[in-house]
Amino acid sequence: MTELLTVEDLRVALPVQGQMRTVIHQASFAIGPGEALGLIGESGSGKSMTARAVGRLLPAGAQVSGQIMFDGEPVLELAGAALRRYRTTDVAMIFQDPRAHINPVRTIGDFLTEGLRSTLGMRRRDADRKAVSLLAEVGVEDGERRLRQYPHQLSGGLLQRVMIASALVANPRLLLADEPTTALDVTTQSEVMGILDRLRRDHGVAMLFITHDLELATAVCDRISVLYAGTVVESQDAESLHAAPRHPYTAALLASRPSLTVRARRLPVIGGRPLAAFEAPEGCAFTERCRWASPVCEEGRPAPETHDHGQVNCHRTTELGILGSEAVVTEPVIAEPDKSSVQSRGQQP
Amino acid sequence: MTVSNASPAAPDRAPVLQARGLRRVFRVPRTADRPSGELVAVDDVSFTLPCGGSLAIVGESGSGKTTVARMLVGLDTPTAGDILIDGEPAGPRARSRTQRRIRARKIQMVFQDPYGSLDRRQTVASCLDEILRVHFDLSAEQRVARVAELADLVGLDERMVRGRPTALSGGQRQRVAIARALAAEPDVVILDEAVAALDVSIQAQVLNLLADIRDRTSISYLLISHDLAVVRQLCEEAIVMHCGSVVECGPTDRILDDPQHPYTQRLRASVPGPGWVPGAAPQPSETRAGEPT
Repeated sequence: MTELLTVEDLRVALPVQGQMRTVIHQASFAIGPGEALGLIGESGSGKSMTARAVGRLLPAGAQVSGQIMFDGEPVLELAGAALRRYRTTDVAMIFQDPRAHINPVRTIGDFLTEGLRSTLGMRRRDADRKAVSLLAEVGVEDGERRLRQYPHQLSGGLLQRVMIASALVANPRLLLADEPTTALDVTTQSEVMGILDRLRRDHGVAMLFITHDLELATAVCDRISVLYAGTVVESQDAESLHAAPRHPYTAALLASRPSLTVRARRLPVIGGRPLAAFEAPEGCAFTERCRWASPVCEEGRPAPETHDHGQVNCHRTTELGILGSEAVVTEPVIAEPDKSSVQSRGQQP
Repeated sequence: MTVSNASPAAPDRAPVLQARGLRRVFRVPRTADRPSGELVAVDDVSFTLPCGGSLAIVGESGSGKTTVARMLVGLDTPTAGDILIDGEPAGPRARSRTQRRIRARKIQMVFQDPYGSLDRRQTVASCLDEILRVHFDLSAEQRVARVAELADLVGLDERMVRGRPTALSGGQRQRVAIARALAAEPDVVILDEAVAALDVSIQAQVLNLLADIRDRTSISYLLISHDLAVVRQLCEEAIVMHCGSVVECGPTDRILDDPQHPYTQRLRASVPGPGWVPGAAPQPSETRAGEPT
């Protein structure tokens, strides 16, 4: 299959207080036409920066290396009119917090039709009609009235639908969705994801779906890539990643989330905290939190190993194979109960 | 509605916290869309938290769950209804300093955002020490020892305790917030979405920590959460709130395995999991009170 988007050895550094700081070490993945790829990671893993790099929306002064190809075109080399066309008609982005990304002093109508009128040269009345039909597609009734309203008059779920409608205005071929439902209630999340999923299939739009929620990504994505400390550590078909993780980090993430159906006596815990990309050591970034770590893990970054369902970057993957929940150690987080009880009332005056 | 006492803890003691017919009405000013009016944020909410028990208030934004918590700690005044602490009426609002201190010794609260709830210029040690100075008559050495004990309880090392919150990660900050709540030796800790903002791997650590603390003390938890998996992990009992009212209550396992109320069923069906189809949960039949339409 020819891929719509391929990202190879992406590396991004941003200037922080005068020093270049790496935010992505090594990210490689591909998305076919109409395919949905989930990008999973904890805070600081570089998932948002990856999406911004793909959309050419990185902050000024960013150093980018590697290759991003969109439909055969090198994205990192686009400039001028070609870059504008790429950003308007090829890719569209949906952000986590619609209230922070929609101009509060302009109406919904202004927001939705701006691109249609300025870039595509549509007339006001036609643009309004198109906007109303888009709103209907995302499940917003009486679009005429909505166009005259301001963002503060709409609830969060409604505003996120407006954002999705705005992303679809120019019929993009790739949707970059950065935690589009994280700020929403769970019932609203279900509705919004349903709309996004249906639109994606109806319009044949590919999607890069960024989230920290593995269950959600498994439900809506075809494939999933897991990011840790700025490196893609594992990529697999969504179902098989969920059922048969191969990277210790993926297995640990799956195990440490409390379950909806059973109460664990203790949750399996990944010791330590997630590393940011710039703190990552020379070897495998997960080494210090990994129960399978051995001296070989500190010798350089692991190269991707291909298997039937995807790729995994782990030095010991041939020995370890598919990992179950035993990949994490259940260890006490705190010291033994030797100190006096918190409830002791003896110290009262 | 009353949640039955299913906790193994001291059956002879009065419930540590009880709410009876809590109601809170806000006046809403006129806007371009609607005339002025009244918004019933909380309507006839009752529950019982047994000593050593754990109760979850489940609901989505606008359901009134945080308003209930604010009334319990005395940050807000109920329009009607009673709050009983250790079987005694808590009074409408703690006004004097003495009253506020008495209530603070009974109930403490851990907030959602550990980045907003700690003073960034105060070291962790001085933050904990301050609580001890306010509530207890301890010598400087005793306070130092107690701060070390609290830090140990929540798994903070000495270096972190000497530092300021700015040097700490989100999970570590939330440990500080929990230690600060425990410093006053309260009977009840209200956890208002206390693990919602944490990364998955850190969330598991904090949930285990909370379970450990409850195992080792007779503390009771009131968890305010929208996350059903977290509720299952931490609480034996739960009430589900929707549009200000309690729609279902009972043991957490029963509510999650066999939800009776349509809203609870919809909430349960909206959580992604194996076999989940987005948008397949039944659509809402009503909008919440005061929601902009």
